[in-house]
Amino acid sequence: MTSSSTARLPVLLTPGPGAGSGASWGGRFAAPVTFALFGLVDILVFGTHAHGSATFSFTPEFAKVTLPNLVLNGAGTAYFCGAASLLLAAARFLTALGRLPLGRTVHRVMLGLLLFFFVIALLAWSDAGQSISFNVVNLLSGTLNDSIPIMLGALTGVICSRSGVINIAIEGQLLLGAFCAAIATSVTGSLWLGLLCGALAGSLVGILLAVFAIAYAVDQVVLGVVLNTLVLGLTGYLYNAIMVPYGNTLNNPITFNPWKVPLLGDIPIIGPVFFDSTVFLYLTYLLLAVVQIGLFRTRWGLRTRAVGEHPVAADTVGIRVLALRYQNVIIAGLIAGIGGAYFTIGSVGSFGIDMTSGEGYIALAAMIFGRYTPFGAICAALLFGFTTQLQSILSSLNVPIQSNLLLLTPYVVTIIVVAGLIGKVRGPRAEGIAFTKS
Amino acid sequence: MTTPPPAEPPATPPAGTGKSGEESRHRPFSEIFKESFLEGNTVTVTVLALFTATVLGGLLCAFTNPTVLHASAGNMLGQAWDVASGTYVALFEGSVFNPHTVAALFQQASLSTAVHDGYLSAVFNPLSETAVQATPLILTGLAVALPYQAGLFNIGGQSQFIGGAIMAAWLGYDLSLPFFVHVVVCVIGGFVGGAVIGWLTGEIKARTGAHEVIVTIMLNYVMQYFLAYLLSSQSLLQASGSPNPITPPIAFNAHLPLLAGTNLRINTGFLIALACAFGVWWLLNRTTTGFEFRSVGANASAARVAGMKVERSWALVMLTAGGLAGLAGSAVIQGTDFTLNPNSYGTYGIDAITVALLGRGKPGGVVAAGLLFGALHAGSPGMQTSTSTPVQIVQVLQALIVMFVAAPPLIRALYRLRASRSGGVGTTVSKGWSA
Repeated sequence: MTSSSTARLPVLLTPGPGAGSGASWGGRFAAPVTFALFGLVDILVFGTHAHGSATFSFTPEFAKVTLPNLVLNGAGTAYFCGAASLLLAAARFLTALGRLPLGRTVHRVMLGLLLFFFVIALLAWSDAGQSISFNVVNLLSGTLNDSIPIMLGALTGVICSRSGVINIAIEGQLLLGAFCAAIATSVTGSLWLGLLCGALAGSLVGILLAVFAIAYAVDQVVLGVVLNTLVLGLTGYLYNAIMVPYGNTLNNPITFNPWKVPLLGDIPIIGPVFFDSTVFLYLTYLLLAVVQIGLFRTRWGLRTRAVGEHPVAADTVGIRVLALRYQNVIIAGLIAGIGGAYFTIGSVGSFGIDMTSGEGYIALAAMIFGRYTPFGAICAALLFGFTTQLQSILSSLNVPIQSNLLLLTPYVVTIIVVAGLIGKVRGPRAEGIAFTKS
Repeated sequence: MTTPPPAEPPATPPAGTGKSGEESRHRPFSEIFKESFLEGNTVTVTVLALFTATVLGGLLCAFTNPTVLHASAGNMLGQAWDVASGTYVALFEGSVFNPHTVAALFQQASLSTAVHDGYLSAVFNPLSETAVQATPLILTGLAVALPYQAGLFNIGGQSQFIGGAIMAAWLGYDLSLPFFVHVVVCVIGGFVGGAVIGWLTGEIKARTGAHEVIVTIMLNYVMQYFLAYLLSSQSLLQASGSPNPITPPIAFNAHLPLLAGTNLRINTGFLIALACAFGVWWLLNRTTTGFEFRSVGANASAARVAGMKVERSWALVMLTAGGLAGLAGSAVIQGTDFTLNPNSYGTYGIDAITVALLGRGKPGGVVAAGLLFGALHAGSPGMQTSTSTPVQIVQVLQALIVMFVAAPPLIRALYRLRASRSGGVGTTVSKGWSA
């Protein structure tokens, strides 16, 4: 058997480029240094500049059950968070020296804690001395809802990557999904039909990606970017050509209303955050569970991962590599299409040119950030959604930072985290390599 | 690594391959030409790809046009043809040559008045606009093509462009230097501004292994908001007294010299772009550094075993690429816009990728692709006003062209061409995220 994959194998089996750079500063001390950096920012920036006390409220407006507000000393809270972060840094330092062996799970929890402390310190500083209380429930539910397209896009990316196909066209899938959902709902008046059309639109981009990547072996990274350009141009063109002149009939969709889950939705804090939203959020829960369990607990998942890691071996044991790749890429497109539909019939209503504004690329970053696992990708997507949400709330608090500087922080933080803490993420080995059977 | 594209079942039995060499020596030239055409060589495939994209774009224009949609069944095809051809004629007139300007030129009393009143330059205006639009496309296209040869995918053209544009604009309005010196200082500043951003990506990847795709995407956003920040504060880059996010205009001495009189916008930026394309070709094909870049791109592990410093190559190639994208920023600021605002960077970051792919990652190809897309950009505003076809059609055409050019087997299957005996046009073979 000769295939492009066999020819590559010797290359892939040797240590990757990241392995050679272990001796540089990016090696073992990158993590402790990054941790310490966060701790110092907590103390020196937030702690020393916070004056007065910060008020946090935990009740959404018009709630039946109200919780008391939490009042904290701004500076004290920031100092505490900084000290805790420095302790974490010390622990990571000991690990780097080999004195304190810690498991992978512990490392991840520590990363989560670090970011948590950072955010608390930031909030304590920003709300300190302000008369307005900081509504935590609004922040969290806003985060969850704003992240829906990123989460769904990242899930699509995970399935495609695990099958060995790079999907950069997530952005295009989101955008076409938004466009088609808006048109379908406007014309038929049915939200569910709109949702279906959005999903199918995402899948249509998936079909293009699959055909060109799998049958014609086009470079998948470039193909994805080109598909995004195509969808951006096409939706922009059709928007001007047909949506603007016939706006009332083609671009005037109704939107999904939130639906509160009985009982669960009444739990304080958790209820309004997790169980009082549109169908999109519940679909996201469902899809996360399905993909996570499907990938790691079912035969389909095992085969998918085999095809993404070592298609030659998978082919030898009788898995139909190309058919499985086609199937997975096209089905995964449905998920991103649903995420796209959220932009129109889930939130804003009418379609606008380039309304996804790069969230597909963010989803891509979330996928890699989350180490190609559904759960990790969702966590990373939430991190992005959280920072965007935080920025919009902070700017309403009149925090003395330029809003543009706040807007760029999540991206800087991502670079720091990716460079300092995660480093080389190992993707599926055969990702992006065309497989030809002979 | 070069893998032949998946074998396409030949539509017709390869009759030519059976002939002996002796026989083929006596065949007339026309037959050899026909033979090679049917084999689907690079030129044939590219031309057919362009043709297919044009046809699809025309269909899209025609069948979304209200007049066509409301026409009676018998009239529809004629109307559709009118709309589609009208669109392409308008694009052509805006980017290459407009007969009406020539007619106007010949109606003038004498040549000197024609030249003086700008009728002569009106004839060349479309070509000048094409060159102007092509300049940043070629430069950013090179910024994608060069790292591509070293196995890196640079989506960060936008951030590097912004970096260059910030430096060029700042040096342009803040300094007052004599004419030639000021231009050079600003151009160098643009290169440095972009190079810093590019180098950052390469260095982070070299030091920590962080994926360049994530880092470049993130840097795009960082630079976009950083520019918005700079432009929103009077103490930084914003023009004093201006309510809008815009820098003061740069000094006249910092303008790139015009090449063909004051009526045409074509300027030395175009020459810089061509020189850079030559420079990249020379770097890749005639220097040790370029050889290292290509080796790293072909197989990083093998390059490492051969004693090359892979990490150094990454940092260096991204630095150079960033500098090229930065030059694009300086060409736009110093050549046409003269101020910097949040719309200056447009969609160059993504357009650059399509240019680089259409040019197959080769400097010469990038120039050709840049000129083609530059022509589309130059013709589109006129097309929109005269035919009311939305400008986004250009984006669609761009994407379609690249998609078809990237998939020669599809074009061959579509037109029943034979697969070339020598393995045919190399598809841009997928090589995964990075080498």
